[in-house]
Amino acid sequence: MSAEAVTVRPEDFKLRSHEALHDAHLRSSFRGAMDFLIERRALQFPDLQAFERLRKMGEQVRQHALNHLPDLLETLEANLTARGVQVHWAETPEDANRIFLDIAQRHEASLMVKGKSMVSEEIELNHTMAAQDIECLETDMGEYILQLDGDRPSHIIMPAIHKTKQDVAEIFHEHINGAPLTDDVNELIGIGRQALREKFGAAKIGVSGVNFMVAETGTLVLVENEGNGRLCTTVPDVHIAITGIEKVVEKLEHVLPLYALLPKSATGQAVTTYLNIISGPRRDGEKDGPQEMHLVLLDNGRTQAYRETRYRATLQCIRCGACMNHCPVYTRVGGLSYGTTYPGPIGSIISPHLVGLESTRDLPTASSLCGACGEVCPVKIPIPDMLMKLREAGRHSVTESMTPPSQALVGQGTVRRLGEVLAWKGWRLLYSNAALYRLFAWLAPRLRWLTPPVQAGWTQSRAPLKPAPQSLRAMLAQRRRDGGG
Amino acid sequence: MSANPIRDADARARGAIFKRLRAAPAGEPVAVPDVAGYYAARAVPQDESRTARFIRHAQSWRAEVVETTPADWPQALAGVFADKRPARLLLGRGTAIAETVAGLLPAEQLRWYDEPLAGIKKELFDEVDAGITTTVGAVAETGSLLLHPTPAEPRTLSLIPPLHIAVLHERQIFETLHEAMSTQRWTDAMPTNVLMITGPSKTADIQRVLVYGAHGPKELVILLIRDGGGA
Ligand code: SF4
Repeated sequence: MSAEAVTVRPEDFKLRSHEALHDAHLRSSFRGAMDFLIERRALQFPDLQAFERLRKMGEQVRQHALNHLPDLLETLEANLTARGVQVHWAETPEDANRIFLDIAQRHEASLMVKGKSMVSEEIELNHTMAAQDIECLETDMGEYILQLDGDRPSHIIMPAIHKTKQDVAEIFHEHINGAPLTDDVNELIGIGRQALREKFGAAKIGVSGVNFMVAETGTLVLVENEGNGRLCTTVPDVHIAITGIEKVVEKLEHVLPLYALLPKSATGQAVTTYLNIISGPRRDGEKDGPQEMHLVLLDNGRTQAYRETRYRATLQCIRCGACMNHCPVYTRVGGLSYGTTYPGPIGSIISPHLVGLESTRDLPTASSLCGACGEVCPVKIPIPDMLMKLREAGRHSVTESMTPPSQALVGQGTVRRLGEVLAWKGWRLLYSNAALYRLFAWLAPRLRWLTPPVQAGWTQSRAPLKPAPQSLRAMLAQRRRDGGG
Repeated sequence: MSANPIRDADARARGAIFKRLRAAPAGEPVAVPDVAGYYAARAVPQDESRTARFIRHAQSWRAEVVETTPADWPQALAGVFADKRPARLLLGRGTAIAETVAGLLPAEQLRWYDEPLAGIKKELFDEVDAGITTTVGAVAETGSLLLHPTPAEPRTLSLIPPLHIAVLHERQIFETLHEAMSTQRWTDAMPTNVLMITGPSKTADIQRVLVYGAHGPKELVILLIRDGGGA
C-alpha cells in the first residue's frame, strides 16, 4: 500500500497555486474549513487584553528558551539520559533516517505505527522506510486517509481537510479489507479505528512527534485528541520520538501558557482530549510503556535560522497553524501548492532555512503583507517583518547585502536579476546628477513616440506607459511665464 | 574508536549543532517567565463553585459526571455498571477502589491487570470493553482529569477499553493545571507518565464532523465523590 506521494516542488508554487485557484471544489471546501477555524478561534479569545497577556507569556517562554538554547539542550539531554531515554542528534534528514533505520534493523521491525509528526514529514520518514521494506503507518485519522490514497497533507492541523466524506468512503472501501461503502462519518471513523487497532497491537516500534520538551525534568509533552499518539508511545516495545532542536523549554510550568495557546489557536478548542507528559520508558515493575525509548533531535536548517538574530524568532513557532487559517493567500491556494512540509506564512519564513532560498524564492512573495498572521500568532512572531527580510535576502547577493557572508542564507540573492540591478543603478545615477537629469527631462518628452504600445503584462488592461508630453519643470516654467500664481 | 557508526554519526552531528548554536550571537535578554505570577494574577470566576465549574466543563466535553457521596459511591458505581453493562471490566489490584469494585461484579466479568502488557494485549484490544481507574486530581477551568499511571494502574488501562470510568474526589479538584502541578509538586519526582484527560477521544478529521471514540475510549464516566456527606 501507501502509494508514493505525488512530488510537489516549492519551485512550482506559482504553477500549482494557479491550478488550485481554478479548482472550485477545493476552494470552497478550504474556504469553509478556514472560516470555521477562524470563527472557533475567535470564540476562545473573547477578551483581547487577556489574550495579549497570555501570548506575551507564550512569547516570553519561547524567547527565554531560545536565548538559552544550547544550555537547555544539554540539560535536556542529561536528564533524559538519566531517565533511560537514548538521545540522538541529526544534522540532516539523512542523518535522522539513518538513526530510524538502525533502530528498526536492530529490532527486526517491519512495521512502525506513527502519530502525527510534522518533523517526520520533513525528513520523509515513510518514504525512506518504505524503500527498506519497513512500513511506516500513519495512525492519525486524517494522515491515515491521505496515506492510503497516496496524497499529502494540505494543512498541518487538519491534514485531510481537502477530502470529502465521499472521497474517504471510496478510499476506505478500496484499501481496507472488507470495508463497506458508506459515507456515514461515524461508521467511517469506526472502520479506521478497527483497521488501525490491529496494527497498534502488531507494531514493534511506535513513532511520535513532540510538542514541547522540558529541560529541567527530561520530559516530552504530546498534545492530541484521538488517542493514537498515546497508543504509539505506549503499546509498542520501542518508542522513537522525533522533533526539532528548538522545541525545548526550561521548566515544566513553562509548558502551561504554550498549551493554553496551542489548541485554542489551532482549532478553537480550550484543551485537547489528551495532554501526554512522558518522562522515560517503562520502569521496573511497570506493566506497559515502551521498554526502549529514543529521542531524535533534528537540526535541518534550524541552526541557520538561529545564528542570525533577525531570523531567530522563526523558531518560536509552536505549529498551531493559525497564521495559515488567517492568510488570504493560503486560504485561496491551499497547502498543497507550497510544496513544502510547512505551508502558509510560517512555511514561507521557515522553509528558506530548511531547504534554502533557491527553491523557495517565490514563497516570501506569496503574501499580501496584510499582517493577519502576525496578529494571530500566539507567540508573537513578527511574520510580515520576516517575510520582508527574506524578500530582501532574495534580492541581494551576499556581496552587496548587509549580511556578513558567514550568515548568508543558502541561496541568498537568488531573485537578483542583472537587468533589474542595472536599471536601479541607472536610476540612481540619473536622479543624483542634475545635469544628467536635465538632459533626460529634455529628451524624454521628445522621444515619447518611441515608447512601445504593448508593454508586457502592464498593457493587458491598462494604457501604455509614456513620458508626459511636457515635463513638470517645463509646465511650471510655462505657467510662470503666463503669469499664473 | 567506537564500533558503532550510528553513535559516531550522532556525536559528529551533536558537535556540529552545538558549535553553531554556541557561535550564534546572544539574543535580546528577556525576563525569566513568571508563570506562577501570571496564574496568580488571573481572575477566577466567583459566580459558580469550583466543583460546579468542573462538572459543567467536563460535560461540555461529553464526559458523563455521576455525583455521589463517600458513603454511597459503591451504589452509584453499581448504577453505572447497570447502565453501561460492561461485559469485561479491567482494573488494577491493590488500589483504594479495587476491593469495592470487585464486590460489585461477578468474578468472571473482572479482568485484573496483573501481567505486563504483552501477556494481556490481545484481550485488551479485543475483549475488554471497560476500564476503571483512580485519579490524582482534576482541573475545574477545563473539566479535565489528572492521572499518574502506576504499576497497579498502567497507562493502557485508561486508553484501550472503549469505556473509561474514573473515580474522582471533590477535594482533589484544582482550579488550574498550574495549581495542580505546583500543589502536588510533580517536578520533585516526575512519574514516567502524567496524563491530563478531557472527555472521550475524538476526531474531526473527516469533513470537520466531530466523532467520539477515535482511537481511545468512546465514553468517559466520572464518578465524582463529593466531600462530606451531602451533595
Ligand atoms: S508562526 Fe505563529 S501562528 Fe503560525 S504556526 Fe507558528 S505559532 Fe502558529
